Amino acid sequence: MAVETPLKGNIGESIKRKEDDRFIRGRGNYLDDIVLPGMLHMAIHRSPFAHARIKSINTDAAQAVPGVVAVVTGALLAQHKLAWMPTLSGDTQAVLATDKVRFQGQEVACVIATDPYVARDAAMLVEVDYEVLPAVVTPQQALQPDAPLIRDEKEGQTSNHIYHWEAGDKAKTDEAFAKADRVVKLDTFYPRCHPSPLETCGIVADVNSATGHATLYMTSQAPHAHRTLFAIVAGLPEQNIRIISPDIGGGFGNKVPIYPGYVVATAASLLIGKPVKWVEDRSENLISTGFARDFHMSGEMALRNDGRILGLRVKLLSDNGAFYADAQPTKFKAGLFHIVTGSYDVAAAHVEADGAYTNKAPGGVAYRCSFRVTEASYLIERLVESAALEMNLDPADIRLKNFIQPEQFPYMSATGFEYDSGNYPKAMQLALDKLGYKELRKEQAEKRKKGELMGIGVASFTEVVGAGPGKHYDIAGLRMFDSAELRVHPTGKAILKLGVKSQGQGHETTFAQIVTEELGIPAADIEVQEGDTDNTPYGLGTYASRSTPVGGAATAMVSRKLRDKAKKIAAHLLEASEADIEFDHGKFFVRGSPSKSKTIQDVAFAAYTNLPDGMEAGLEGVTYYDPPNMTYPFGTYLVVVDIDRGTGQVKVRRMVAVDDCGVRINPMVVEGQLHGGLTEGFGIAFMQLITFDEEGNCLGSNFTDYLLPTSWETPKFEMGETVTPSPHHPIGAKGVGESATVGSPAAFVNAVIDAVGHLGIRNIDMPVTSDKVWAALSEKGAAE
Amino acid sequence: MLPAPFEYHAPHTTEETLELLDQLGDEGKVLAGGQSLIPLLKLRFASPAHLVDINKITDLDFLEERDGTLRIGPLFRHKSAERSSLLASRYHVMADAAPQIADPIIRNRGTIAGSVVHADPSGDWGTVLLALDADLVLRSKSGSRTVKARDFFSGPFSTTIEPTEILSEIRIPAAKPQSGGAYLKLERKVGDFATVAVAVHLQMDDGKVRSAGIGLTAVGPQNLKAERAEAALKGARLDDATIKEAAALAAEAAEPKEDHRGSVEYKRNVVRVFTERGLKRAYERARGGG
Repeated sequence: MAVETPLKGNIGESIKRKEDDRFIRGRGNYLDDIVLPGMLHMAIHRSPFAHARIKSINTDAAQAVPGVVAVVTGALLAQHKLAWMPTLSGDTQAVLATDKVRFQGQEVACVIATDPYVARDAAMLVEVDYEVLPAVVTPQQALQPDAPLIRDEKEGQTSNHIYHWEAGDKAKTDEAFAKADRVVKLDTFYPRCHPSPLETCGIVADVNSATGHATLYMTSQAPHAHRTLFAIVAGLPEQNIRIISPDIGGGFGNKVPIYPGYVVATAASLLIGKPVKWVEDRSENLISTGFARDFHMSGEMALRNDGRILGLRVKLLSDNGAFYADAQPTKFKAGLFHIVTGSYDVAAAHVEADGAYTNKAPGGVAYRCSFRVTEASYLIERLVESAALEMNLDPADIRLKNFIQPEQFPYMSATGFEYDSGNYPKAMQLALDKLGYKELRKEQAEKRKKGELMGIGVASFTEVVGAGPGKHYDIAGLRMFDSAELRVHPTGKAILKLGVKSQGQGHETTFAQIVTEELGIPAADIEVQEGDTDNTPYGLGTYASRSTPVGGAATAMVSRKLRDKAKKIAAHLLEASEADIEFDHGKFFVRGSPSKSKTIQDVAFAAYTNLPDGMEAGLEGVTYYDPPNMTYPFGTYLVVVDIDRGTGQVKVRRMVAVDDCGVRINPMVVEGQLHGGLTEGFGIAFMQLITFDEEGNCLGSNFTDYLLPTSWETPKFEMGETVTPSPHHPIGAKGVGESATVGSPAAFVNAVIDAVGHLGIRNIDMPVTSDKVWAALSEKGAAE
Repeated sequence: MLPAPFEYHAPHTTEETLELLDQLGDEGKVLAGGQSLIPLLKLRFASPAHLVDINKITDLDFLEERDGTLRIGPLFRHKSAERSSLLASRYHVMADAAPQIADPIIRNRGTIAGSVVHADPSGDWGTVLLALDADLVLRSKSGSRTVKARDFFSGPFSTTIEPTEILSEIRIPAAKPQSGGAYLKLERKVGDFATVAVAVHLQMDDGKVRSAGIGLTAVGPQNLKAERAEAALKGARLDDATIKEAAALAAEAAEPKEDHRGSVEYKRNVVRVFTERGLKRAYERARGGG
């Protein structure tokens, strides 16, 4: 009988997630689980209108409800210079509206009460007298010369235009188009969707009026950055602010911004002298917090007759809502959208982007994506599909013809990204083989003869994740490095403290495994701590798939730092020269005599008990890692669909997903991340939409209208992997949390277009709902 | 969930319930499965002063065939319908509909009677009852009365039930040999309300339709009965032309509104397509297949 050795947790081992015990058994500690003595509850009165001038606010009825402690309005905040706050994109945002409301659901007043029911009852009694103004609900409308001015409070702001931004080389791109045999165009809209984490946002603010210490329990993906921003916004001394981000039930970018509710609860706690809890409900989360996408994109591709892409020209109009509050690196006005050349060797490209204010919720967060790469990847993959259709080329062939080739890495793209590594043809070939692509094409041809609609969608995405480097990428001036502090105790057990913060990604397991690989301490013996700013080194947080590329690198580097010291101690214990000491998975030994060895646990004990003369005690260290470049995960996704001509229903028959995220630390965790992302991509492609009527009423304000896919309709995923390590990452890993959300929507939509392209249908914007498919078929006389 | 304040009652008998409802009048609201009422309370779209929870009355959960009638009690839940071998073998339209109600969590709690009384025009059971030509027994402190399903629904979320009444029993003519049915539902995802759904029930007699029932979901102010389509089928042989004609009449009977689920034209077309497919499936089942 074979004896199974229990897995230690080295890189590449699918050990079970260390954190799951408490989550599965209901012993996690989420924001709403936190109860403090004397705690009060806050509820927000929100604007029913998208655009209206506030004539007066009457809080008498709300104040009179027994149990109400305070009603906070913008006027009160203005006395403390807190009515407005800065956004992550250098704009300002109203904390509580003073002059106008600028989107439906905007925060107008807050009620603080002894229990949450009373707070809600009283919030409904706040009376606001509005003068309703015409609402602006699209960026096209916003940029009309006679459009109502949304940000009339901003000095010098005379229109609803926010920014103009360009990337790439215009002249060179024009030249490429002049030489082209064919130009293929596609106008497409990536609709507004929402990250919708299952846990909504919230805070328990506990400001001690005697000491001035503020302990803020917050659903924060970036607790350290938030601490600094709180210090700047609220003028609190930073050493007095402690942000604790407890267990988080999903973030997906939604928990990166600072929301008005956090600011008001903190101010209220300061003024009242008691802890104040605010937890938003589902509708509040959907109508007021960081949305995603809302990009109107127009792409043109210059091609040779043989299908070779010569140039790419993209115009982008972004709808940023009432406040420009995108969470993105300062230098880049439309995030990393200029990675729009994707996986292809495109010699010339030019991107022009403009943003506009509308009477819609602000946000523009990177919903499970690295700063707008999702929109970019969608556009290029849809454009390539259009080119294949119009030029009668196989969608796989045209991609193979244009891929950046393995020998071209590191590859400098036409818009200035240096791709670190990749092997795109290999990933695609694996996907095609797994699917049985050629056979399915034959089946499709047979079906088409019978009038049946079947499609095969192809998308070969390239992600760009892991920001910094700090010299190019910062959030509100804070460079995007990250950190790890490792303390190995005398008994050889360790605590790893990180500047990033898991929201379900499995950090407690994955990062322990990096230490296991580097130091040989079993993952079970490593406690990973995150989220408490008093107790972890400074970092920029978890979003944009940056934890493994940056925090993971910091973990590897700090482990190596400790290993170097451990080697010196081992030499002392083994009475050998340090130069002769070798290390292999937790054991130090003298070269040539592996039987004489000391374990990392022996060395850890010696670090506190038996040191060489002159050496500092302890086995601890901290590393701040600023990556030399970003990492570029990639993959090919293939989708097979069948379409019902009578109802327009699209049935996803199969989905093959081949991902290359470099070295996989815990393959099971990676696969779980991919499953989640593919499911979200499926939801975005087929059902998700935050839309507004002409008056600016949000029509996707609950889960009856804003649809999340369940296990029932989500397709089965057939997974595959290739491994192309990142050359600059200490362990060759690339980050994977977002690849699937970035890459999959185009694969789903391309599959639908592939099924109906022969009828002359070139585009159906997401979400690709049954009625839209039927309408497109009907227009071509092809519906049942 | 932070609803407006209400008083909660949990009577143990039907008599007690009826007495309470009589006292409370407009102020009272019956809580059965709660799968529609609780969300309304949560969103504060409804704020009744009193909730009368009937879940403690154990004898209200029944499904039985007796004296030529299938009888369904007020606490008979969707999941029980989904698992009923009686429905699966002989009441196809119900067996088809049950697993398509919302999602498994809702089906565990929600009741057929509650759904019918809630009278959401996008609800499924009303349509099924219209196709099956069901009777509804409404009981109050002062007695009981029976109304036809087609006379019960009076508009969106409104019926002819009085606040002092409960729907004490749903009665459906027992299925006979050579009958078959089907329920086809288009939804955007599992758990969503129908974009369009069609219920079909056929009673065949030597190759001819003795009677046909066709109900339509989510294409009017209430669940609709496509009576002209039903009449066109009566006495006919189910050839393609007859099926097409009936489907066209059903589509005409629909009064859909455009919304984010689709256009008027689209929804009408789905009614037509589903009626065709439903009739074929029901016919197949009436002949012992499917």
